[in-house]
Amino acid sequence: MTLSLAERLGRNSYQLDEELSHIEIDQVAAKRTGAGKILEAVCPAHVYTAQPDGSVGIEYAACLECGTCLVLAPAGVLTWHYPRGSFGIRYREG
Amino acid sequence: MDTTPDVDADVVVVGAGCAGTAAALKLAQAGLSVIVIDRGDTPGAKNLSGGVLYTHAATDLFDGFLAHAPVERVITRNVVQFLNAGSGVAIDYRDQALEGNAVSVLRARLDPWLAAQCESAGAMVMPGVRVDRLVIEDAGGQRRVLGVEAGGDTLRCHHVVAADGVNSFLSRAAGLRSAPRPNQLAVGIKSTVALDAAAIEARFGVSGHEGAAFAVVGDCTEGIGGGGFLYTNRESVSIGVVLRLDDLAASGKTSSDVHDRFLAHPLVAPYLKGGELLEYGCHLVAEGGLAMVGEIAMDGLVVVGDAAGLTLNTGLTVRGMDLAMASGAAAAEAIAAGQANGEAAGIGADYRRRLFASFVGKDMETYAKAPAFLERRRLYGAYGDLAASVLRGAFLHDRRPRRHLASVAWGALRGSGIGLSKVAGDGLAGVRAL
Repeated sequence: MTLSLAERLGRNSYQLDEELSHIEIDQVAAKRTGAGKILEAVCPAHVYTAQPDGSVGIEYAACLECGTCLVLAPAGVLTWHYPRGSFGIRYREG
Repeated sequence: MDTTPDVDADVVVVGAGCAGTAAALKLAQAGLSVIVIDRGDTPGAKNLSGGVLYTHAATDLFDGFLAHAPVERVITRNVVQFLNAGSGVAIDYRDQALEGNAVSVLRARLDPWLAAQCESAGAMVMPGVRVDRLVIEDAGGQRRVLGVEAGGDTLRCHHVVAADGVNSFLSRAAGLRSAPRPNQLAVGIKSTVALDAAAIEARFGVSGHEGAAFAVVGDCTEGIGGGGFLYTNRESVSIGVVLRLDDLAASGKTSSDVHDRFLAHPLVAPYLKGGELLEYGCHLVAEGGLAMVGEIAMDGLVVVGDAAGLTLNTGLTVRGMDLAMASGAAAAEAIAAGQANGEAAGIGADYRRRLFASFVGKDMETYAKAPAFLERRRLYGAYGDLAASVLRGAFLHDRRPRRHLASVAWGALRGSGIGLSKVAGDGLAGVRAL
């Protein structure tokens, strides 16, 4: 059980929505609130990366759609919805 | 009942999980036309539970549930464990009377079966569609839900059942529920690890279709409110942690690291040895109890299951799916009765009445103090160490003369730094809350 998180997510089944990300960050608000460090730590799928300049990188394809980020992001930073119908994680062992 | 021409169906159910399918089944059985919409490309594709299902509600609702539903194992062994860094103290409860009481499930297998039962009863199941918003009419301050909008299409109906899960965007957008506080939610992070049946039987001391459920508190969450879990499936185990979001954020710890550390714990890792990871997932759990339920209906809309905050953590058991099914059934009964007697305006109140007359409301009330009790931090570290210290004093023979157990316990308590008054206070609060 020493798989990296990327290898682990590689075992999952996803239907990637290549046209539309379901996650948006207001980078100005993110820099002001320091949201990057929080999001990076709490997201179990490592969707978010805190950048040195305070902005937040997003790897929306990895999202497991739990909603933790939405609860813990400082107000005004994050817009997060479920992906469009059929897209996103497809649990086979949920 | 005939569908009047101004609607696409009597009822639109959003979400084909436990609550949604239970509601749809009962509504279809009552003769109403029902459309069930789910955003997964098959029912269950978006759902993740630990998961142990207490079967009483399922067997009441779904004909032949125990005989035919694709469940994993019947849970006849329950282990509740305090896990410390290098020690563990557990209660191991096994009982043949538990046969059929609870089963482990994998939702990707269970939910399609539940949805198929709805279809057999006459409901239409529409997977792969995300409901974007409710259609709400506002006539002079009188707001009423008229249907849903999904992928640019509008579906009109007499009633919407919001079974859209713990994040319930629908009930929040309708203004029924505010965004939950971080101490009312936990994130469950789960790995499903393949093990063949022989390994499961040998490692967990079960045979045939029997299975084990482990609930773990203490070191496994590194002091964060929550716990670890391990459930046996037919040919895999579901294992992971549940972390209360306020504590997780305050700890600064990386959630996936806490999960990984639990799986690698020297008292946990042997159960997984040689197992291949099948899937890694996560899901929020409502932990706010009764205080989180709040408003669950408005004109044309009822909210059921996780969307209504109907989850119970009693310390020993974590329940959601049985509450979800029973709440779906209560909502369906209220809607069917309201449709039959033409009194749609009273459906919301009737649903709440039925819900709180059922075991769902009663259990939520019984355990109303549990969430506050479970926020006591000593549960996630100090008590596990204390229990191990007492037992160490009894079992560890290190050439020092023996002392009576009471003296060992007293010494361990003093050494723990907890203090007798706190133990007494926690004990009393625990008895009252749980």
